[in-house]
Amino acid sequence: MTIMQIIFLITASVTLFAALMVVSTRKMMHAAMWLILVLFGVTITFALLETRFFAIVQLVIYIGAIAILIIFAVMLTRRSMNADVPQVNRNWWLVMVSSLALFVGLVTVMSVWEGFFVTARTAPPGGENLVQLGTALVDPNGFVLPFEVASLVLLAAMVGAIYVAAERKEK
Amino acid sequence: MNATLVIEWVVKSLVIILVLTGGFAYTTLYERKVLARMQVRRGPNRAGPLGILQPVADGIKLIFKEELTPHNADKFIFTVAPVITVVPALVITAVVPWGREISLFGRTFTLYLSNVNVAVLYILSVTSISVYGITLAGWSSNNKYATLGGVRATAQMISYELALGCAYIGPILIVGSMSLVDIVEAQAGVWFIFLQPVAFLVYFLASLAEVNRAPFDMPEAEQELTAGYHTEYSGMKFALFFMAEYIKMIAVAMIGVSLFLGGYLGPGIDRFPILGPVYLFIKVAVWLFVIIWVRATLPRIRYDRLMALGWKVMFPLALLSVMITALVLLFVES
Amino acid sequence: MLNEYYPLVVISMIAIALGFFVVLLGSILGPRRPTQHKGQPYESGMIPYGPGTRRISVRYYLVAVLFILFDIEVVFFLPWAVAFRKLGVSGFILMVIFAVILEIAFVYAWKKGALEWE
Repeated sequence: MTIMQIIFLITASVTLFAALMVVSTRKMMHAAMWLILVLFGVTITFALLETRFFAIVQLVIYIGAIAILIIFAVMLTRRSMNADVPQVNRNWWLVMVSSLALFVGLVTVMSVWEGFFVTARTAPPGGENLVQLGTALVDPNGFVLPFEVASLVLLAAMVGAIYVAAERKEK
Repeated sequence: MNATLVIEWVVKSLVIILVLTGGFAYTTLYERKVLARMQVRRGPNRAGPLGILQPVADGIKLIFKEELTPHNADKFIFTVAPVITVVPALVITAVVPWGREISLFGRTFTLYLSNVNVAVLYILSVTSISVYGITLAGWSSNNKYATLGGVRATAQMISYELALGCAYIGPILIVGSMSLVDIVEAQAGVWFIFLQPVAFLVYFLASLAEVNRAPFDMPEAEQELTAGYHTEYSGMKFALFFMAEYIKMIAVAMIGVSLFLGGYLGPGIDRFPILGPVYLFIKVAVWLFVIIWVRATLPRIRYDRLMALGWKVMFPLALLSVMITALVLLFVES
Repeated sequence: MLNEYYPLVVISMIAIALGFFVVLLGSILGPRRPTQHKGQPYESGMIPYGPGTRRISVRYYLVAVLFILFDIEVVFFLPWAVAFRKLGVSGFILMVIFAVILEIAFVYAWKKGALEWE
């Protein structure tokens, strides 16, 4: 076992443990903190895959922006400090069944996909090339369509968020 | 990876952290002295000659103060929040170069800890993490003022982070690299403050808001929020928030100097590389002086005006600056 | 190898250690004489009433949503800016399209009053 594998195993187990804590802890703010730890674990996993740019983007977007939104959402709730709300509602078994089905489905799909068993190419020594990345973003043969569609998705998200927030304001 | 390399990293990290914490101590004195002079006072002058030992006295006083924790506070988050606030401030300058290579003890050292190719993105990510400590501190105190101060600070910081992010793009467009070493070296001819005046202005104002300095020190507006997010903090936990604020001041000055004012470059740098840190120090001192000067001069602006300025003026302006820079570069290239 | 990233890990670990050391230092050396009144939240000398944390305004939530959108924009800008010299006119135009669509969202938020704080 190399050092990298040991680091990966530690990261993976901490990430999974933190993910369990997110759903099992009673306090919402603590769940948000555990979620940040999960996202950080994913960051380290990206770094272990030698995708430095994506590791740092994971930090900027997920930990820097989305987790802030989640913390604000927790603070929007009425009793963010207390833990006296029930942890599960009547539909808990439905959620359990569907998440199990999702997990089994994903594993099945992965195991029949041949790309799953191909050993990845080693990353170039200097890390991924930022110039290539920037070029691919606006290259017609690259990712220009997903890139432009991403802006439309963000536009839709914006409109939705304003609609939801504006409705609450009227009450 | 060998042992000497690891020792080099540890030594460099310790030097950075020591310089920043020492810089924090003396920035407080610097600020009090400058403010005093601007208000025709003398400032602290009892502890040691010219008050030079004042920061030490302040530190010793804070260590022996009682630490209070409110009854209903979330104890865990309340204790961790100051640490979360101070760590980003300490690590953000790890990618800022202090100079070129120097030879010492028969070895060649580079005067930077790390030259990552995504340095600017690293700065952006550490900035966004530094927001957490403040929100969590405010929330976990279970105090109305602290919660409000924390949320206000977060909203302000994330709003100005956008303008800050756009201000970084101008220099990157010109240089074609995100590494701060490349960006500083590209300024050997002309500093980017002359090529990117709008981006510089946006960076300066947004960085003031980012570190919660006057006139954007809304989160700790003492008249209406007592002390904002650190209302309930005392002793060394308070000292950590205080430290984070001043180290962030030094950090934004170092980053700003590297992006727009030629970083460690100056006359004679080619012959005497050891002058690099000296030039950096002088430029940072001037930058800090301007920050303090702004505090002495301008009144605090109202919160709604602050958010309007961030979203309706600074962000569009920064975006426009990026687009114009790109357009001009297109014409120059072709 | 992630060679230039190890130093960043080293300095982060030292900084975290320093942070906890300072907290520990204060809790060891500082006196500890809690009383009922010291533990109350500070409300400028008034007797505290009600819960300490209340629901925050939904405006902060909106600011956070707006921030996510434009943070993603800035992150997309960065590799584009690095590669800009090689992209030429088409790269510029494609980025302008991307930015304009996002600016429509910005103008929409502005017109809907999401940026107003009364």
